[in-house]
Amino acid sequence: MEEQKIIKIPAEALLAEASNMKGQGYRLAAISCTNKNGIELSYTFEKNYDFINLRINMDYETELESISCLYPFAFLYENEIVELHGAKINNIAVDFKDKLYRISTETPFKEKKKEEE
Amino acid sequence: MGERTVIPFGPHHPVLPEPIHLDLVLEDERVVEAIPQIGYIHRGLEKLVEKRDFKQYTYIAERICGICSFMHGMGYCMSVESIMKLEIPERAEFLRTIWAEMSRIHSHMLWLGLTADAFGFESLFMHSWRLREKVLDLFEETTGGRVIFSVCDIGGVRKDIDAETLQKIVRVLTEMGEELKPLADVFLNDFSVKSRTVGVGVLTKEKAEELGAIGPMAKASGVNLDMRTQGYAAYKHLNFEPITATQGDSYARMVVRIKEIYQAIDLIRQCVEKIPEGDVLVKFKGNPDGEYFTHIEQPRGEVLYYVKANGTSFLDRVRVRTPTFANVPALLETLKNCDLADVPILVLTIDPCISCTER
Repeated sequence: MEEQKIIKIPAEALLAEASNMKGQGYRLAAISCTNKNGIELSYTFEKNYDFINLRINMDYETELESISCLYPFAFLYENEIVELHGAKINNIAVDFKDKLYRISTETPFKEKKKEEE
Repeated sequence: MGERTVIPFGPHHPVLPEPIHLDLVLEDERVVEAIPQIGYIHRGLEKLVEKRDFKQYTYIAERICGICSFMHGMGYCMSVESIMKLEIPERAEFLRTIWAEMSRIHSHMLWLGLTADAFGFESLFMHSWRLREKVLDLFEETTGGRVIFSVCDIGGVRKDIDAETLQKIVRVLTEMGEELKPLADVFLNDFSVKSRTVGVGVLTKEKAEELGAIGPMAKASGVNLDMRTQGYAAYKHLNFEPITATQGDSYARMVVRIKEIYQAIDLIRQCVEKIPEGDVLVKFKGNPDGEYFTHIEQPRGEVLYYVKANGTSFLDRVRVRTPTFANVPALLETLKNCDLADVPILVLTIDPCISCTER
């Protein structure tokens, strides 16, 4: 069973931490998002099969900086997270403006308040 | 500078089985830039964790893709088993590996056929798919299904394979490998095939790493990255080295996949030699509570399963990051400066699975 390395970081430290990972030669393997009492983001990095997950917990109002300036291909993950989960991510290299997926429901994974359902 | 034109490519294209849309910016007939639209038919399968309990979700995971069906179920089950600290029987791990490698063979055979179709070699396409039928017949004989097997379960597998059938699998696949040789000779040595693939869509090792490419796409560019070396399932008991090439072009991606077919046959042979006797499914009680990231190697490359559970029968989250999603940026890189006529082949060389991507 693989050891799970999950390192919690504040939202404002993301760029610095991602830059640190890139400097050490880690590749970005995935960005995952969970909606439960706000937004929980997991940035998964890998180097020589060593996986490290940077974990950010934030509310829906927090604005996060894109890491596409460091990892250009992060734009797909970030557009997905904005569109499906309702996170706010600034300066995505290629911003699809909620049009990556042509879905009829707005932010379907976002927690809906009772009156919205 | 030639005249610039933007043409829509897809979502449906005569030779592409998957609905991917690209806006191609052309200078005369040369592609300058490609802008992807991958959201033609999003299915929202991850959202179904709210409607189906964690045991039922195994069947949903299997339906993410018709080609990697078994591996999707296996990756999901491995995540839940890791959270619950379930030790599955060793025989089940070997059986999972056998079915996973059979999936790799049938996926690569399907890909070879589609690629032959893309460069207009109909007979090569037909013969590739004819051979692929042998693997599908083995799936049917061992699981009852040809596409969706419903054989992987949390705690192991639902069906065993007797010793005689295991020997038959090795015999049939070895024969298939022999029959594949003349076809592989055409794929690798025919002038018309080489003229459409050699030097087309080159992805350098540096670019492959920079753009996060995985699977045969990255291996063909010299990136030695294969999750099987981590020793999940029965791979820890098997001898193998990841297959790589260095040219980084469409031809190299074909070479890697053909060699992986023969490697998969050898891995299955090793499994049959080493498989222990015993149970194939362990019973368990309770619900998972915790989270786990699993990485396994599908035919198209590394896939990530993230499961977050809360102690109830309904999960908080299932996330599947598929290989095609990770390979789209590398595809866009290979499309730069290619001829318009090469676009279908280049899209195919990443072996796109849009049903996985729009899970």
